[in-house]
Amino acid sequence: MEDMIFYDRLQFAFTITFHYIFPQLTMGLSLMIVYFKWKYLRNNDEKYNDAAKFFMKIFAINFTMGVITGIPMEFQFGTNWAKFSELTGSIIGQTLAMEGLFSFFLESSFLALFIFGEKLMGQKLHLLTGFLVFLGSWASGWFILATNAWMQHPVGYEILDNGKFVLENFSSLFSNPWLLPAFLHNQFASVVTSSFVVASIGAFYILRKKQIEYGKLFLKTGVIFGLVSSVLVAFPTGDWNAKNVAKYQPAAFAAMEGIFETEEAGAEIVLIGQPNMVEKKLDNKIAVPNILSFLTHQDWNKQIPGMDQFKEEELPDNIPALYYSYHIMVGLGTIFIGIMALALFFLWRKKLYTFKPLLWFILFLVPFPYIANLTGWYTAELGRQPYLVYGLLKTSDGVSPTVSSGNTLFTLLGFVALYMLLGLLFLVLVGKTINEGPKLQKH
Amino acid sequence: MEIFWYIIIATVLGIFFVLDGYDFGTGIIHLFFAKKEKDKEVITKSAGLFWDSNEVWLVAAGGMLFMAFPTFYASVFSGFYLPLIIVLWLIIFRAIGLEFRSQFKFQMWKDIWDVSFGVSSLLLALFFGIALGNIVRGVNLGGVENGTSVYEGHYFFLPLWDSSFSPLTEHPGVIDWFTIIIGLISVVTLAIHGANWIILKTNSSINLKLKGVIFKLNIVLTILTIFSVAVWQIVNPDSLNNFVDKPYLLVFPMLYFTGLVGLFFIKKIKKDVHAFWLSTLLILGGITSSLASLFPVILPSVNDVHEPLTIYNTAAPEYGLSIAFIWGIIGIILVVIYAIIQKILKGGKVDKMDYGH
Repeated sequence: MEDMIFYDRLQFAFTITFHYIFPQLTMGLSLMIVYFKWKYLRNNDEKYNDAAKFFMKIFAINFTMGVITGIPMEFQFGTNWAKFSELTGSIIGQTLAMEGLFSFFLESSFLALFIFGEKLMGQKLHLLTGFLVFLGSWASGWFILATNAWMQHPVGYEILDNGKFVLENFSSLFSNPWLLPAFLHNQFASVVTSSFVVASIGAFYILRKKQIEYGKLFLKTGVIFGLVSSVLVAFPTGDWNAKNVAKYQPAAFAAMEGIFETEEAGAEIVLIGQPNMVEKKLDNKIAVPNILSFLTHQDWNKQIPGMDQFKEEELPDNIPALYYSYHIMVGLGTIFIGIMALALFFLWRKKLYTFKPLLWFILFLVPFPYIANLTGWYTAELGRQPYLVYGLLKTSDGVSPTVSSGNTLFTLLGFVALYMLLGLLFLVLVGKTINEGPKLQKH
Repeated sequence: MEIFWYIIIATVLGIFFVLDGYDFGTGIIHLFFAKKEKDKEVITKSAGLFWDSNEVWLVAAGGMLFMAFPTFYASVFSGFYLPLIIVLWLIIFRAIGLEFRSQFKFQMWKDIWDVSFGVSSLLLALFFGIALGNIVRGVNLGGVENGTSVYEGHYFFLPLWDSSFSPLTEHPGVIDWFTIIIGLISVVTLAIHGANWIILKTNSSINLKLKGVIFKLNIVLTILTIFSVAVWQIVNPDSLNNFVDKPYLLVFPMLYFTGLVGLFFIKKIKKDVHAFWLSTLLILGGITSSLASLFPVILPSVNDVHEPLTIYNTAAPEYGLSIAFIWGIIGIILVVIYAIIQKILKGGKVDKMDYGH
């Protein structure tokens, strides 16, 4: 039983990690594509139109990868988590089915129109199709996070005698207090990813001394979008989310922040430290007193419950992983704001395009927003453990009763092999597209 | 409400098999008949331009099934664990074959993805047929051993095959001689459908030859159909009861036979689109006949201990179903509008269209 749950969790974690590389880019990028297209309509500068079409190519590759790695996610609810599906399907199936019907169709239909229909439709309709792609991709995020929000903070349900969760109030699925902050935080974080990708491609073109005009445009746009979105990710949305966790999942909050013992007069904020699970303390700690209490409750001396206040089985089952995920996310987010502010300063002083060290730095920064996004997702999911539905349904009670661990291990290995191949092909394809650059569009 | 949702999901699944069905079919035809590079290119294009908007229907059907019949979703998806994961891998292989083929000009690169596209299409068609075969045959619900249940009543697990390969043992596997027959019917049907699609959407040099191929495949299909109806009786003796009790259900097999008979006149049919409609009837008729023969059962039980799964004992409660019905109708109207817009844009032959993002 133990290793059965372990393999099921590992498989889900692996497949969703790989999947989430793609939608986080497409959600952010769709917004930037709409911006480029809109700018083109305003100033009639062909460069902007080329930019929109070039990034739609990158978008399309990512979208395809997102689709083919997304279908296994839907299947796995039934194949690996059958008990969970049976008990909660009538509720989370609502939001998942809505995702398919309202956002996925929208996105895929209008993506095709955007790619093939420019001549046929004229520029204004072309902008509209781009906007509908954006709407579809953000709606997708909305429905997925509504599903996740219900698992983090269940609302509008009733539990029958046979353990099944029954929907009692449909609208509460979308007025869930967990949803809006999580959604905005997630969407801005995806804009961060896309901004860094756009800026990095820009830096690449400038450093390579080809397609320089596009390089400058991409870098400028990437930096401006990057700064605005990284700030929004931290404040107000990040702050808002942290307060939600403190309110609804206090045990997870204590573990995230690394508070082992409750402090009488206000909690300190931990900047650096390694959780020591044997002695139940943080090693090598650097912390600032009372800040956490202030950030969470706007009161320097407000008490925040530490992990000592909770029973062993209420605490997340992997505290170090949760703690590190959270701190990596917050640390990277802070660094992003600094770098983008610096880049913007150079842009304002008209030195960004010639200051090579910063260009090289931006070029190689691309993996980090992905890491920040993924660790953010891990923070939410590890914080929810040991529950699938927070406080109500244990993860160990959600796996498929008839599927043996050997079968799960076999399919996990299959997914690993297949996704390695996919990842390689993806990199080759994106690399080729970037190498060709937007100029080739004109033939 | 259960019946409404049953009809909606069956319709969406039907649309998926009609639309993605021609993708599978083009893959099969591509594997066996496309020899010239020009033909290969245009055939992959005729599927490649459309597969992702077709696959959406599968995702939508899955999501709605999950919401409306959670118990069925849970038991079937974990029960058919291995074949479903294999289907996922095949879907991925087919998609990358289609998407990546045209990205590079090396012959070896193209050959690899041609095989990937063709073989995974063939196997997918086979597996979907086998899945249908499993559903009409029924499974050992609750994992009953010597009259006692090993799992809860609605759970089961099927290995890929049992050494006897017989559908009549206590523990049938996913693959047995009966499900293979249904799998072959699916392969032949989708090959015909795919060939019709190629004729309809391309100016390929093999189009004329394909009409002859369809004619021959149709003969094979007729033989398989007659044979399968006979053995169906052995595997699931109740299979004709519904048609006797409610004769109006016979309209579904009639659709199938209209398609079957119509396709014998393939060489004389003037408009390619009419032939395509005939193979569409074949698919829809086949699926709906199978469902109608079982209704309201959706997964028969081969043991006497546990009740079969029906739309009633697996459905979500009334409130959720009625709410979802409202947004479901709105969603489907929107989807149809998108489909019409797309149809206008991507109508006509694909030879001149841009492909490869």
